[in-house]
Amino acid sequence: MSDLMRVFGWPALIFALSLGGLVLALLGDGVWDAIGWAGLSSPALAVLWARFRRA
Amino acid sequence: MSQTAIRIWSGVHTWTSLVCTLFLLMLCVTGLPIIFHDEFEAALNPSVFEPGNPQGPMLDLDQILERSLDNRPGEVPLFMSFDIDRPVVNVTTGPTPDAPGGAMWFERFDQTDGSIVPAPVDAGGVMDFLVQLHTDMFLGLSGKLFLGAMGVSFLLAIVSGVVLYAPFMRKHRFGVLRLDRSLRTRMLDYHNLLGVVTLAWVMVVGGTGVINTLDDVIYGYWRDAALSDLIAEYPDRPVPTPQEMASLDLAVNAAIAAAPDMRLQFVAFPGGTFSTDFHYAIFLHGDTPVTEHLIAPVLVDAVTGEVAGLRQMPWYTKALALSQPLHFGDYAGLPLKLLWAALDILAIIVLVSGLYLWAVRKGYLKFAQRTEVPA
Repeated sequence: MSDLMRVFGWPALIFALSLGGLVLALLGDGVWDAIGWAGLSSPALAVLWARFRRA
Repeated sequence: MSQTAIRIWSGVHTWTSLVCTLFLLMLCVTGLPIIFHDEFEAALNPSVFEPGNPQGPMLDLDQILERSLDNRPGEVPLFMSFDIDRPVVNVTTGPTPDAPGGAMWFERFDQTDGSIVPAPVDAGGVMDFLVQLHTDMFLGLSGKLFLGAMGVSFLLAIVSGVVLYAPFMRKHRFGVLRLDRSLRTRMLDYHNLLGVVTLAWVMVVGGTGVINTLDDVIYGYWRDAALSDLIAEYPDRPVPTPQEMASLDLAVNAAIAAAPDMRLQFVAFPGGTFSTDFHYAIFLHGDTPVTEHLIAPVLVDAVTGEVAGLRQMPWYTKALALSQPLHFGDYAGLPLKLLWAALDILAIIVLVSGLYLWAVRKGYLKFAQRTEVPA
């Protein structure tokens, strides 16, 4: 795995999930909103994981 | 990345951050309650609106307009908008057709009997104050554009921060938080983690915030560029007075008939930013989740009542229209607002930790050990 992938792999995934969530929630209602909530909760979930995982 | 490159990017990150940090902190702190302004207003105003004459016929828009002008003698109408969930028509008046925001008067009218509907309680105007501070710091267009420039500086700080994330993380795994180390190291780890996970959100909210600061400029340009052919028909006509104006009710009905798949949003009267000097601009919006944010006006000659047709909006006003929900986070219910608040708090932590790291590096905080080169 290249250095760049190792450093930016997770951040890139979270970036894509949040941006996807932001846009998809705008495109529709109902299930689209729920997809948006899920995608946009990835940053907070990553922080909780980093803080409370077993070392 | 070479040491020289790191030093240059670090300089860019430090300076672009220092320029905007205090203003961004103000924006994040004031923005937090503003996210929930609808909920605050609903909580402060538990009583439900009761129409004055529920069985009777609705007043038409000309009658409402007459009421509003009787209520504000000597003023001219600027905007009329319509509540979605109750028969209430809102009329904005002002001393002149191009009156600035501060000189405008906003009044709500019950469409069943023409009576004035009391303004919602706002806990001493706290929310209005926060919104004004957040939008232009009470400085009008120059305050708005200044905050836009701070937003551009913020975006540069974000980009340079991402560049510096790479050399910092070369030796660490994603999500590293060295909680057993010094306060400075913990701040550094949180700054990097929170900064990188909130990247998409801060870029969207920051970028759309910058676009929103240009709203006066964008609509002014649109008016001059896209409506110039309509103005050219009347080289020497003054802005019509309310007495000279054709029936607004007929104009609005004609506009609705001209755009069957769209819904009425607001009317801009002649002489303001949203219309020509001679037309009613009757703005309608689409009826799908995306197009409901996109408005387009039907222009109606305000003296003859002749319909000039529906004008599609250019890409730049559409971009502005979509920037508003993406900045406010108000397009997918309360869960999205809660996520907006959570991400806003994470952004505040990034700002404060960044300021702390800078102060330590400069030696302003003597009690904190300088042990590493901050990213």
